[in-house]
Amino acid sequence: MVVKTDLEAASANDKPSTGGQWLSQWHNYNFNLTSQWFRNQYDSDVTVWSPQGRLHQVEYAMEAVKLGSATVGLKNKQFAVLIALKRAVSELSAYQKKIIPIDDHIGISISGLTADARMLSRFMRTECLNHRYAHDAPMPVGRLISLVGNKMQICTQRYDKRPLGVGLLVAGYDDQGPHIYQTCPSANYFDCRAMAIGARSQSARTYLEKHLNTFLDCDLNELVAHGLRALRDTLPNEVDLNNKNVSIAIVGPNTPLRIAEDPDLSRYLSLVEGEERRGGASATGDAGGPAEGEGEPAAQVQGRYKR
Amino acid sequence: MAFAGNFMNPAPLWHNGPSPGAFYSFPANTTSMGPSRETVSDFKAHSATPITTTTTVIGLKFDKGCVIAADTLGSYGSLARFRDCPRVLKVNDLILLGSGGDYADYQYLKDIIEQKIIDEQCIGDGLNLKPKSLHCWLTRVLYNKRSKMDPLWSNYIVAGIQDGEPFLGAVDKLGTAYEDAAIATGLGAYMATPLLRDAVDKGPIDEETAKNVVQKCMEVLFYRDARSFPRYQLGVVNTNGVTVSETIELKHDWTLAHMIHMK
Amino acid sequence: MLSLNENFPEYAVPGAKQVRFEPYADNGGSVVAIAGDDYAVIGADTRLSTGFSIYTREQKKLFKLSDRTVLGATGCWCDTLTLTRLLQARMQMYEHEHNKAMSTPAVAQMLSTMLYYKRFFPYYISNVLAGLDADGKGCVYSYDPIGHCERSNYRAGGSAGAQLQPLLDNQIGLKNMQNVTEAPLSREKALALLKDVFISAAERDIYTGDSIYILIITANGIQEEKFELRKD
Repeated sequence: MVVKTDLEAASANDKPSTGGQWLSQWHNYNFNLTSQWFRNQYDSDVTVWSPQGRLHQVEYAMEAVKLGSATVGLKNKQFAVLIALKRAVSELSAYQKKIIPIDDHIGISISGLTADARMLSRFMRTECLNHRYAHDAPMPVGRLISLVGNKMQICTQRYDKRPLGVGLLVAGYDDQGPHIYQTCPSANYFDCRAMAIGARSQSARTYLEKHLNTFLDCDLNELVAHGLRALRDTLPNEVDLNNKNVSIAIVGPNTPLRIAEDPDLSRYLSLVEGEERRGGASATGDAGGPAEGEGEPAAQVQGRYKR
Repeated sequence: MAFAGNFMNPAPLWHNGPSPGAFYSFPANTTSMGPSRETVSDFKAHSATPITTTTTVIGLKFDKGCVIAADTLGSYGSLARFRDCPRVLKVNDLILLGSGGDYADYQYLKDIIEQKIIDEQCIGDGLNLKPKSLHCWLTRVLYNKRSKMDPLWSNYIVAGIQDGEPFLGAVDKLGTAYEDAAIATGLGAYMATPLLRDAVDKGPIDEETAKNVVQKCMEVLFYRDARSFPRYQLGVVNTNGVTVSETIELKHDWTLAHMIHMK
Repeated sequence: MLSLNENFPEYAVPGAKQVRFEPYADNGGSVVAIAGDDYAVIGADTRLSTGFSIYTREQKKLFKLSDRTVLGATGCWCDTLTLTRLLQARMQMYEHEHNKAMSTPAVAQMLSTMLYYKRFFPYYISNVLAGLDADGKGCVYSYDPIGHCERSNYRAGGSAGAQLQPLLDNQIGLKNMQNVTEAPLSREKALALLKDVFISAAERDIYTGDSIYILIITANGIQEEKFELRKD
């Protein structure tokens, strides 16, 4: 660890315009991670603490989630629903898949590094298959999430690994009913009533927060409509939801996970078609803002509850 | 099965009674139609014999649950060596487990199952292992052991409540698993099964009837099975949970056997 | 068999008996599958037995692997349980990787590979796979325990397989007969035939009986049927 710190100092000294003296004078204040001007001394490795007790690499990984397009998850008493906004990299390319089925009763939607999500989804699928093989029963959603959490934690603590740059919304149904979980690169995971992650998702969370109390008792169509409205609030004015850029996944009792295909998808979209958009374009989203909630993103919308 | 031994190639009819342990070690059913013996005998069998054995375990489904009964004798060959070998186990509030065959193998597996339940309680998510899951898991464990030619030499009956419905399933030392409304292992397969199936076929039975039928079976088995014992445990699982009784003393009356003079 | 007892006086016992462990059991059961132009029917009896005792009279031995594929498996039941669990897992993996369900010929090939993988400690199972192929035509695949695979239009397997196959050869294959005209087999005829051959099997084979569980696979899905056999 000493060696590392020395190397860090040396490399900082290499900067021609800022000498070692300058650095030592300022390093106590140099903790703003969004700083464009000051080089951060404590972010070279996930295993390095900052004097303020933060792990900058982990926090940077949290930022990766906000680069992905937005996705919303919410549930009523029976169903859990995922709604995701798909992006096409260019006019020439197809829309990037955002929702990945894990098992008959679990699906995830992703925001951040897709490649990392593929690795995680493969792990989750394997765990679900193994559980079915050994126990002849679907994997309880909470147990799967805690396995994922444990797996993600390892790479926040080892020098030869990096945190995963992806956030997941997990929708699942088991004996305890529907679930929406959120996982973060920081290896935190949250049991949510509703949640949105990804670019400009603050607007969606604001919507979800406002209507949180109506979700539990509404029917499946209303639930999907709420999700679509929340997702639409993250869009800029000139863009709207359509059957190309939206994915919807639904899971519930006697309803194996289903990713809505076109006739259904268009029907769901028509539920919110022509409605006046609420916050829409004026919402600021996450870009440029400081990391929200200090490692517990959007704690205010979490709607965590204890049994 | 065990009683028949190799029935396509029967041994001389009666030498001096069955050799010790013969009723309780289930050497599959080695028919001449079975797989070639030469191929498998090349493998090394790690534990080729059961040592301290227990006899029949029986299970019966009733309208709202299941009962399991098993006596408490641990035999050492033909020697009635251990007289208090409980082998009806409460796994959790949904599952009852009974075992027959090698007692050490049962104790080994019992420790693993109990640890599994403790681990689950430590997660604290309010979910409980269900009988079907345990049944399947036991099948996997026993099959994997048999595939290594190192079997756990015992049979298991899993009884419980699966999503509100009674569940009764059996697994043998190979990992052969099935569900039925009436199950008896070991010698009981020959003597208790007919009584149990008869009761089941007569229509839906309630808890009291089920207990009585099972008690009758234990009695019959005690009269006929030389490796049985007049003390047994009765486990009941219903929607209220699982109870395993203290040891029950079987009333037996040998006056009906005119040729036998007690005392 | 030279018994130790012969060297002992009548009251002596030969001491602890060494029991050789036998990893296989013959749990009996028969399966018959018939393919038609746009359907396949497959039936298996529901008796699970060992030697002279019946474990259960209602064991389903048909496994719905997908909307258009059904596997019938008889023989060593513990191997059947394991093989079908692995198959189901492999099929889900295929679906995740390819975003579509496995076709019947694909399942047939995979099953062959999975059986041969255990060539030197085989799954002791008589497998018959029935379903609709990519063209919607009925197909039947049958296997030996180590993975030999053959496609046909009708097949009997399991403990009464050797008794049933000639009957099917005669009735469906119209083998060794003169002046017969081949006509496509209707679904009703196939179903009736399947029940008939099982009735015959239950008469002669102690490992076959109790009832038949039948699945009829068509493009519209899989229908179930149950038919009682003699129980002794």
